Amino acid sequence: MSDYSIRVENLSKRYRIGVEDTRDTLAEAIGHWVTSPIRNYRRLRQLTKFSGDENSAVEDIIWALKDVSFDIDQGEVVGIIGRNGAGKSTLLKILSRITHPTSGSVTLKGRVSSLLEVGTGFHPELTGRENIYLNGTILGMTKTEVDAKFEEIVEFSGVRKFIDTPVKFYSSGMGVRLAFSVAAHLEPEILLVDEVLAVGDAEFQNKCLGKMEDVARYGRTVLFVSHNMSAISRLCKRGIWMDDGRVAEDGPVDKVIQAYMFSGATETNPVVGFSPDHDADAQILGIECLDLLGTPSLVHLSQNPFSLKVHYRLNKELINYRLGINIYTPAGYEVLTRTNSDLDNSLWTDGPGDYSLQVDIPGQLIKPGQYLLTVFLGQPGIRQLDKKENVLSIRLDGKTYTGQGLIIYPLKWNKKRI
Amino acid sequence: MAEKKIADRALDITVIDPSVRKRQLINWRELWQYKDLFWFLIWRDIKTRYAQSVLGVGWAIIQPVFSMIVFTIVFGNLAKVDSEGVPYAIFSYTALVPWTYFSTSLTSASGSLISAKNMLTKVYFPRLVIPISPVLATLVDFGVSLLILIGMMFWFGIAPTISALLIPLFVLLMMLSAAGIGMWLTALAIQYRDIRYGLNFFVRLLMYGSPVIYATSTVPEKYHYYYALNPMVGVIEGFRAVLLHTRAVPWDFIGIGTGMAILFFITGALYFRKMENVFADVA
Repeated sequence: MSDYSIRVENLSKRYRIGVEDTRDTLAEAIGHWVTSPIRNYRRLRQLTKFSGDENSAVEDIIWALKDVSFDIDQGEVVGIIGRNGAGKSTLLKILSRITHPTSGSVTLKGRVSSLLEVGTGFHPELTGRENIYLNGTILGMTKTEVDAKFEEIVEFSGVRKFIDTPVKFYSSGMGVRLAFSVAAHLEPEILLVDEVLAVGDAEFQNKCLGKMEDVARYGRTVLFVSHNMSAISRLCKRGIWMDDGRVAEDGPVDKVIQAYMFSGATETNPVVGFSPDHDADAQILGIECLDLLGTPSLVHLSQNPFSLKVHYRLNKELINYRLGINIYTPAGYEVLTRTNSDLDNSLWTDGPGDYSLQVDIPGQLIKPGQYLLTVFLGQPGIRQLDKKENVLSIRLDGKTYTGQGLIIYPLKWNKKRI
Repeated sequence: MAEKKIADRALDITVIDPSVRKRQLINWRELWQYKDLFWFLIWRDIKTRYAQSVLGVGWAIIQPVFSMIVFTIVFGNLAKVDSEGVPYAIFSYTALVPWTYFSTSLTSASGSLISAKNMLTKVYFPRLVIPISPVLATLVDFGVSLLILIGMMFWFGIAPTISALLIPLFVLLMMLSAAGIGMWLTALAIQYRDIRYGLNFFVRLLMYGSPVIYATSTVPEKYHYYYALNPMVGVIEGFRAVLLHTRAVPWDFIGIGTGMAILFFITGALYFRKMENVFADVA
């Protein structure tokens, strides 16, 4: 159909990393230029030599996008998912004309607004009112359009009382609310959104999701990048899963989310190992899923407990760290997230060495079905050291339960006649 | 309703591809569409430049006035530099007004892309807005220091000639030069941080290459044409000629200077267009 709103054809983007990019000062560039005949000579000489490293320069180049093509129809709301570094953000940056493609082309029909961040261009010395105008025009509105929407924006943000106060006196939550309110009132034909819902409190996030649903209802085309699978499946009908710079799957959103969620799992093997990396401070080396007898297995009865065994290595002394697990449904819904510090807030501190940790998950907790397991290791509030996303796919068998909930923990029911 | 609005606008098609040459040198239509952004950025520059400072816009006066005082003591009284028959103070201040504008514009233009890095990597807008808006915002400082100049002319009892009507022309030439060189510096500065470090030094050297503290009459006649390649020579001499009537309007300096300013502007825009593709990647 010719009624597309976004057409992406054979889009590729190459980034140069390493050697060539380090010429950040003019002196280095001149040095590079002076020595370039020598390097050019070497390179040319290698053309006739078929030794191993004939194109060592290849290592300096990464392809963030490789030959990506798709059409998005007018009014479609499409979710883009994938791991970090899969090319999602690069794609959005090209579509919003922040960076240029190396090859291929994009055709966009209509006015485009991109929301890669909330509050771009906010200036702390300016008041809320002034920042609304500044931010609105940066996002592509005209002054008249901001005028028309001004009351609505202020109302939505809930910071009316402070609208003539410089933004530097705002709490960070208020700043985000105001910034998002501006963004939420954009009315482009095409809206590109990158993970901006990850800010703000839950109530405000919900308000924003609702606003985005409205936007979608008015026939606008929306491209939405997120790691929040439930937001994606709530907003979008179609999903595109990007992997390693390519489109791995494109289709109905639930199908694509499922394919993505299962992609990391070694479905058949309950024991996974990872090759050691000596540069990492800490690393997860292996994960095993064991049944109640200690036999590795991915299939358990839902009324029986099962265990996870995590092997990890500290290459240095590590202060205040913790390990945790997430269990997701294939649709990306988070069933539970627990860490070793949940109960008493105690973090671990250990010297270098190999450690093994066993977590027991009780029976009669989670409803039968397919689940995906993530294991992570980090220092809370400081950094994440290792994360194995959706690494095991576990099946819980048992009698089927009716009802929506995922938790089947037996409750006590006491009846009395009074 | 919304459906219809979208259908009407459907003609507005954007094609993104890697070719640079197909694009026009300066997309005036797009700049016009973003005129509100232009205005708000200029206004933000002006409003926040002296925010949380006691003297506020007084700083726009202090810099040229104190330079004038120091120059008058050192060059006017001690070194006895020839000031072509007018008091040295107003002789140097007349030059300092356009010169301070020029150097401030260059300094803030060269830093503009780096300080706008966050905007640059998060949202699209015509990149030219960034180096051009300081060139316009600095006009406020220029206007304030010009008022002081008028006050000084009263004080020294110097009346401008009718040719003072040429001043808008000199201002345009001054802005054109600042914009052209500003585009060059901005595009270079985002990749080579050397520009920022070297600029203050370079601007100071360039001041000695412009008739700020001395008169052009002290430059040997045979070098005049090379000397005039610096567009600020024509601007400064023009200001002196029409306000202090030290000489006839130096059309030769102004002509050469205008040619150079146009050259800087066109090559600056070309280089800027070539580099703007990679701004977000190297910023």
